[in-house]
Amino acid sequence: MSAVTEERPKAPGPKASGRWAAPPRPVWEEEPNKAGVASKGIVLSIACLAVLFPLWIVVVTSLSSKQDISEAGGLVVIPKGITFIAYQELLSGGQVTRATLVSLGVTLVGTVFSMTVSILSAYGLSRIGSVGHRWFLMILLATMFFGAGLIPTYLLVQSLGLTDTYLALILPSAISVFNILVLRAFFMSISPELTDSARIDGAGDWRILWQIVLPLSRAVVAVITLFYAVGYWSAWFNASIYLSDQDMMPLQNVMIQLVQKQEPPVGMGQAIKTGQLSALAVQMAVMVLALLPVAFLSPFVQKHFKKGMLTGAVKG
Amino acid sequence: MAHSTTPGAAARTAPSTADDTVEPSAGGGGSTRAAKPAKPSGVSRAEKKALKKAANGGTLRTRLKRDRTLILMTLPAVLLVLVFNYIPILGNVVAFQEYDPYISDNGFVAIFHSPWVGFEQFSRIFEDSAFWEAVQNTFVLFSLQLLLFFPIPIVLALLINSVIRPRVRAVSQAILYLPHFFSWVLVITVFQQIFGGAGIIAQTLRQHGYEGFDLMTDPGIFKFLVTAEGVWKDAGWGIIVFLAALASVSPDLYEASAMDGAGRWRRMWHVTLPALRPVIALLLVLRVGDALTVGFEQILLQRDAVGPGAAEVLDTFVWWNGVRNQDFSYAAAAGLIKGVVSLGLVLAANKVAHLMGEQGVYKK
Repeated sequence: MSAVTEERPKAPGPKASGRWAAPPRPVWEEEPNKAGVASKGIVLSIACLAVLFPLWIVVVTSLSSKQDISEAGGLVVIPKGITFIAYQELLSGGQVTRATLVSLGVTLVGTVFSMTVSILSAYGLSRIGSVGHRWFLMILLATMFFGAGLIPTYLLVQSLGLTDTYLALILPSAISVFNILVLRAFFMSISPELTDSARIDGAGDWRILWQIVLPLSRAVVAVITLFYAVGYWSAWFNASIYLSDQDMMPLQNVMIQLVQKQEPPVGMGQAIKTGQLSALAVQMAVMVLALLPVAFLSPFVQKHFKKGMLTGAVKG
Repeated sequence: MAHSTTPGAAARTAPSTADDTVEPSAGGGGSTRAAKPAKPSGVSRAEKKALKKAANGGTLRTRLKRDRTLILMTLPAVLLVLVFNYIPILGNVVAFQEYDPYISDNGFVAIFHSPWVGFEQFSRIFEDSAFWEAVQNTFVLFSLQLLLFFPIPIVLALLINSVIRPRVRAVSQAILYLPHFFSWVLVITVFQQIFGGAGIIAQTLRQHGYEGFDLMTDPGIFKFLVTAEGVWKDAGWGIIVFLAALASVSPDLYEASAMDGAGRWRRMWHVTLPALRPVIALLLVLRVGDALTVGFEQILLQRDAVGPGAAEVLDTFVWWNGVRNQDFSYAAAAGLIKGVVSLGLVLAANKVAHLMGEQGVYKK
């Protein structure tokens, strides 16, 4: 990283650095001094390393053999060889496989549900002056000011008979009012001429939403979908208080048992004691399983973050 | 379905460009309105009502018919919120009871049969030293987060903004945003691998003959640890808002001040920072409004490792007494105190935001 930021080419060489090159400097700006550019590069590199180095250790250790790990005295920084044995063991059925599937299932169903409800209500509230518009908006907004509290919510979920069902992981926190407001603000920014002309051509609200509003809102829909999906994927608290059956637990909860309480996954204790499997590699492999989906998805949505964050309540 | 010739369709689309308030001032109504030029001071109340009706598109029944799809679309969200946010607010009555979970398996049936005790739970709480410890921990953590966390995204944003190579900017942003999407379980586990008793630092120290250490179980530095975890996870994400504010600064301002002889630092002081001021003020106000929330899941995950003395905050106090000790009424009372104080803080913070000329969570 630092190598790239360090120097700006004096004269633009023939395709020297391609897309890494700096755009031309405005005439009034002074020549960048070397110490300044270097220190900027160093600080930025340190910040990026602070994020990447821990992840590197986790990934490398998860791919190391039992022998390499004991030679390194624990965590491995420089890989000596690569083995997928930890992943093979984890994903060949058993507790972690099931937990991963549970997490994937809850995330998928929950995100589809949350997005459907949020998009519909955001569109339903996007036309100012419609019947009940203000009342509905007030009902949603008020929840941003006063939280009911953990205990009454817990008692409610229990009385509805949702405990020990996956609905308890989805319904109580299915929608975020903030996300609805962001979607709504974006829908309202779509030029009314477009929707009006569709209405004149005889399109109803469902059709306008599906064929005009949604295709124009891909960016913000992508961001909000990511927010919801990450929320479901990362959640562990609701499972810890509403589920009692260990077989139903999602990946995050299994990870808590595994890493924080240092227990090997159910059925793998023997393989760790006698076989080629390292307990540490198994722990790290579970962490990689938990971070892989978000680490892959979020960069794709990155260019839209600004839009998704800022069209809502907070304006930059 | 809705035809352009019906007055409803025309009136319905007209105010969508205007603001939330539906006043018959914007044009685009039916022919009835064109005959009467709107004179807000001179018209009678009946006329005003008629005007409003025309702008809204007629009687309630016709408007209901016109908007039924919109209402239908909004209902699922409203229902979810009513059930999972509003009914529990009523459920807070357990704070004034001696709730007995053994009366019935159904929590709400049990509420109806539990004895009322008035404010007894509250007086118990105020005499509980553990509660005051939690209050103190909450405030210390909030101050630490404000002091050590808050400035970092601003500095990082200024730094990234001054890098002009687009690729460098994009790559470093992608890396710095990443931890925001990790779960707390993952973040804490990552910290354990670095600073824990079997972490990479302790491991390296031991290999070179020094003594290892375990920061993860040390109550003395726990609050700094929590703050550091927060910085690692969310400081990068916090950049976004500031970058957007920086991008909206007109380059002309920089050029003009450079012409007047302002160097790099003076331009930052006199152009860049004033541009950030409203955003900083707003975020500060919002954070203060949310002061009692200092990271429930994050702290709960580490509560066992360091013990409640250092780790108990208001939220975990509620969890411990309610979910763990099944003392529902006591925990609900503590939760209610937190909720009411938080509400006051949010409203006060918004008031301050409005006084400073900013838009808070809601419009004035």
